[in-house]
Amino acid sequence: MSELLRAGAASLAERIAAGEVSSREVTQAHLDRIAAVDGEVHAFLHVDGERALAAADAVDARRAAGEELGPLAGVPIAVKDIFCMTGAPTTAGSRILEGWHPPYNATVTQRVLDAGLVVLGKTNLDEFAMGSSTENSGYGPTRNPWDHDRIPGGSGGGSSAALAAFEAPLALGTDTGGSIRQPASVTGTVGVKPTYGGTSRYGVIAMASSLDQPGPCGRTVLDTALLHQVIAGWDPMDSTSVNAPVPDVVAAARRADVAGMRIGVVKELGGEGYAPGVELRFREALDALAGLGAEIVEVSCPNFRYALGAYYLIMPSEVSSNLARFDAMRYGLRVGDDGTAGAEEVMARTRGAGFGDEVKRRIIIGTYALSSGYYDAYYGSAQKARTLIARDFDAAFESVDVLVSPSTPTTAFRIGERTDDPLAMYAADLCTIPSNMAGNAAGSFPCGLAPEDSLPVGFQVMAPVLADDRVYRVGAALEGALQSQWGGLLTDQLWSRENGGAL
Amino acid sequence: MALTTAEVARLAALARIELSADELARLAPQLDVILDAVAQVTEVAGDDVPPMSHALPLTNVFRADEVRPSLPVEQVLAGAPSVEDERFRVPRILGEEQ
Repeated sequence: MSELLRAGAASLAERIAAGEVSSREVTQAHLDRIAAVDGEVHAFLHVDGERALAAADAVDARRAAGEELGPLAGVPIAVKDIFCMTGAPTTAGSRILEGWHPPYNATVTQRVLDAGLVVLGKTNLDEFAMGSSTENSGYGPTRNPWDHDRIPGGSGGGSSAALAAFEAPLALGTDTGGSIRQPASVTGTVGVKPTYGGTSRYGVIAMASSLDQPGPCGRTVLDTALLHQVIAGWDPMDSTSVNAPVPDVVAAARRADVAGMRIGVVKELGGEGYAPGVELRFREALDALAGLGAEIVEVSCPNFRYALGAYYLIMPSEVSSNLARFDAMRYGLRVGDDGTAGAEEVMARTRGAGFGDEVKRRIIIGTYALSSGYYDAYYGSAQKARTLIARDFDAAFESVDVLVSPSTPTTAFRIGERTDDPLAMYAADLCTIPSNMAGNAAGSFPCGLAPEDSLPVGFQVMAPVLADDRVYRVGAALEGALQSQWGGLLTDQLWSRENGGAL
Repeated sequence: MALTTAEVARLAALARIELSADELARLAPQLDVILDAVAQVTEVAGDDVPPMSHALPLTNVFRADEVRPSLPVEQVLAGAPSVEDERFRVPRILGEEQ
């Protein structure tokens, strides 16, 4: 069974299509794994084995009937609990939505189901995707499979932990300021934020609508690209969805070629505040890419230093507006409706009881930034800073094909270490936020373990709008070079560490 | 630009979030620190820089004005905290004096 857990999605799909193994066997192996390890890891908020096995049987029946299956049919997947999916609760990690069953599927969920992927369950996240550690979940934290005392990143820590713990070969995430890439970085897995508008936001519970973007997560670059291909593309239900062909990310992942590519290292994303092991592995990754024929140059993006500040005005402003829908009237929690209290009072009691600290902090900051008299100084200025960040990218992409940086300044920090210090928590997204601000494509790829703590380090690749394929080209080239050094994936080292060296 | 406890209480009331005294005492200083840290961006860009509200050049999107089936009533009401006569039951929305 362990072999089915370690195999990637691409190889599982091929073997299911060839009849060498059934989707039921693959699905059962993952359900057994979840039963064995998730009590400790807590990657999942909801697992439905019966439903998963029924979906697997349906794929096996279609194959038996001679139907040609899609490239990921029969492969299990974990879905971040912010994507609406019928027949299961969707909580967004918040107590205010406890027990809510969505009446429709998100477009991304629907595409995953239509492609024959087998949904194992819904994964944990920081409440409404607000956080960098999954500690803000209303349902308890997720633990990093590399070290159970450490955070798995956030907000998509359930999805990243499920991958690293071999509970699922694929997962879905959403990325507003780094919620796909930072969890990937600290768990030694792969995660890509597509170009804004590249994947549909329909049915994804909104945090900050001008920044939110669903994306694919996997343990290998090719697996992630295959999932990207399934979920991406124009959706008339999302007015910000881009009506353009999906970049050929699968071909790019297979090509894995950086010869002649110009790779720009962002000067501002390094130095003080960056862990020595992070900088070391990042430099080694650059050497590996240079060894494959890429040209490495240093690029300055001076306005990136304002990205974090601008983000923490723009995002909370959008949060304060988006989360107004949780008003205790049509769905979710209602508190204090005692027959005498008015609607406003019930709303306030419900939101006070149902939201956690970080959600309250962001709504209040957003309310302040948008309030009359402060709007121009805060929200307006932040939007101008956003222009400057986008211009830095435009200028850089005139001379380089992609930009690179560490995905996050440190390796996984300890659970509890930053919970009382919001600014320290926010710093985890220092490198990932610029791409959300500009709306371009970016991904995080494993580049080794930091010598000081033996924890994974992530390498970020940023590419121009609708050049998502370049993210995969660089990621796959790096993966190839490092795999030949390591004799396998980074997560394989975790597997062998846990299983007494047996691969 | 300090954010006082009284101001946080007022903002929470505007945002319809009831905060206990303990929460207020805990959150207010944190919010002040956060706001202080982000305030640097207010001085970054001059008047010549246009604001960017969105990553995409947005255009309005229209769909055909066709009658399509809505969700069935039972599904719409399935998640409601309180239902009466096939409708959402809400607390009174007007004050006594209104």
